[in-house]
Amino acid sequence: MTGYFVAILTFVSLAVLLGFALNIQWGQAGMINFGLAGFYGVGAYTAAILSKQGVDGVSATVAAIVTTAAISALVSLATIKLREDYLAITTLAFSESVRLVLMNETWLTGGTNGIRDIPRPFVDLVGGERYELFFLAACIVLVAAVYFLLDSVIRSPFGRALRAVREDDVVAATLGKDVLALRVKAFAIGGAVIGLAGALHAFYFTYIDPGEFAGFVTVYAFMSVIVGGKGSNRGLVMGACTVMILLEGTRFLKDFVPFFTAQQAASLRLIMIGTGLILVLIFRPSGLSSEYRLSSPKTADTTS
Amino acid sequence: MSSSNYSQADRFAFRTTPVPESFPARPNRSAETTAQPPLLQVEGLRKVYGGLEAVAGVDLSLPFGRITGLIGPNGAGKTTLLNVISNVERPTAGRVLLQGEDISALPQYRLAERGMVRTFQISRELGQLTVLENLLLARPRQTGEKLIGVFGRAGRVRREEEAGIEAARAVLLKVNLWRLADAPAAALSGGQKKLLELSRALMLSPRLVLLDEPAAGVAPAMEQVLIDTIRGLATEGVDFLIVEHDLDVVASLCSHVFVMAGGRILTQGTFAQISGDSRVVEAYLGLKA
Ligand SMILES: Nc1ncnc2c1ncn2[C@@H]1O[C@H](COP(=O)(O)OP(=O)(O)OP(=O)(O)O)[C@@H](O)[C@H]1O
Ligand SMILES: [Mg+2]
Repeated sequence: MTGYFVAILTFVSLAVLLGFALNIQWGQAGMINFGLAGFYGVGAYTAAILSKQGVDGVSATVAAIVTTAAISALVSLATIKLREDYLAITTLAFSESVRLVLMNETWLTGGTNGIRDIPRPFVDLVGGERYELFFLAACIVLVAAVYFLLDSVIRSPFGRALRAVREDDVVAATLGKDVLALRVKAFAIGGAVIGLAGALHAFYFTYIDPGEFAGFVTVYAFMSVIVGGKGSNRGLVMGACTVMILLEGTRFLKDFVPFFTAQQAASLRLIMIGTGLILVLIFRPSGLSSEYRLSSPKTADTTS
Repeated sequence: MSSSNYSQADRFAFRTTPVPESFPARPNRSAETTAQPPLLQVEGLRKVYGGLEAVAGVDLSLPFGRITGLIGPNGAGKTTLLNVISNVERPTAGRVLLQGEDISALPQYRLAERGMVRTFQISRELGQLTVLENLLLARPRQTGEKLIGVFGRAGRVRREEEAGIEAARAVLLKVNLWRLADAPAAALSGGQKKLLELSRALMLSPRLVLLDEPAAGVAPAMEQVLIDTIRGLATEGVDFLIVEHDLDVVASLCSHVFVMAGGRILTQGTFAQISGDSRVVEAYLGLKA
């Protein structure tokens, strides 16, 4: 059972990282990323391919982060001449292209067979049984580090400018903000975090195939952000946990209601997940937590 | 009125650091300024929407040191003219020169760097940002807007923020919005949003401010504050181009007034001159009838 909880917590960490990424791209900068799964795939495959070539785990992770960030910047740049909502379509198309490349460029990605036996970083230092626990600890440390980095970004004037672009890009521009540069940076920062999550995914499972980078990953990330409260990373951690509890908790459904067939239980599970999300949003329409707002140092001599 | 809405030091820092070319020393107002290009020059500006010529060939020139009015009946093309001047929309033809530099092809955000800022007829507050954040955002050249600054120069970012809050506080106190500093801008009333937009524009330490109906919806008590604020800034070297339907505001602020109708400049002059002009009366009455 401990093994199970370690696994769940590792999944939650990955989900939280994806949520963090979406929170800066969509929550802060207002840029919808329907192709999150594709970027996740880029990160995972970059790390996996390089590790298989003998690159050490840390360098492979860094490469996954840089590659995913760079590709994110390019994808967001590609849409500058288009209306804003085209980013949603472009990212969706991007993730579909990634999936096709992963399935067909067999020489590089192993095609539908995926990549097996991805070497795990530090495995010779931390022996077999404790590895899962070590990996979880590493994930939690990384989640904490990303949280603090993003938190300082969100609280900074840079984060404020991103929110301004989200609220009204014309106004942001008339106030002297380089909207395009801000958008590209926001998307690249998100991409970096997705790349990190992708690398961790590859190392954790030691096996990846194209099917793991399909739409449901994107959907879960959006669910985490919506439940947690768009724009708030603290809320996001709660949101990702809530979504994971719903996803995993309902997995045991078939043990408690033996009169359902496996297929019925699977459908019921989806119904329960949907109902759970709706309930959260009924009681907390803007999510569990709201976004960062500066509170001014009110002074005693305020005359109004 | 000599009080400043933000510290002189702040303004000084803005003026002297960057792009010195675009910020020539302010000309002495009493001296001849013929050698100097005008602050703003609009040449043959046209904007066509489908078959409608909203701006149908406008030439105008704003010399330094003036509060200029732009009036005209509904649909005259005043807002469209401001939109084109501020690069919010691209002109169909013509060009706009700011201190002699053609700005028609510049990206929008560069205009703020060159000291020109505008407000909108229908307020465009950044609703989910607080009132204070709306103002802080507008400060030019913030170290903390660069990622390298966020992580590499945290101390400097903090000091800039503190200075920004002080400057914003001075502006907000004046327009009676400081008590709402932490409220999301979306929660303000219509008139308060107008005052917020003006305050936000002022945080840029601008050279020229284009105002689209700044007094619309503003409470009568605040209207005088608005007038005093604009006049006070004008004495410190900020110029204004004001579109306004409230002719009392125009009369009390503007030393020169352009009258627009049907996308063209009908006439121009002092308020006394244009209000005695029969064509102006006709343009207003003709459309009201
Ligand atoms: N985006 C647009 N598309 C089509 N027509 C437009 C657009 N914007 C303005 N117009 C038209 O251009 C003309 C000028 O409009 P504009 O808003 O500039 O007038 P205005 O002088 O500001 O009027 P008001 O005093 O009512 O604000 C109007 O006939 C208007 O309907
Ligand atoms: Mg108008």
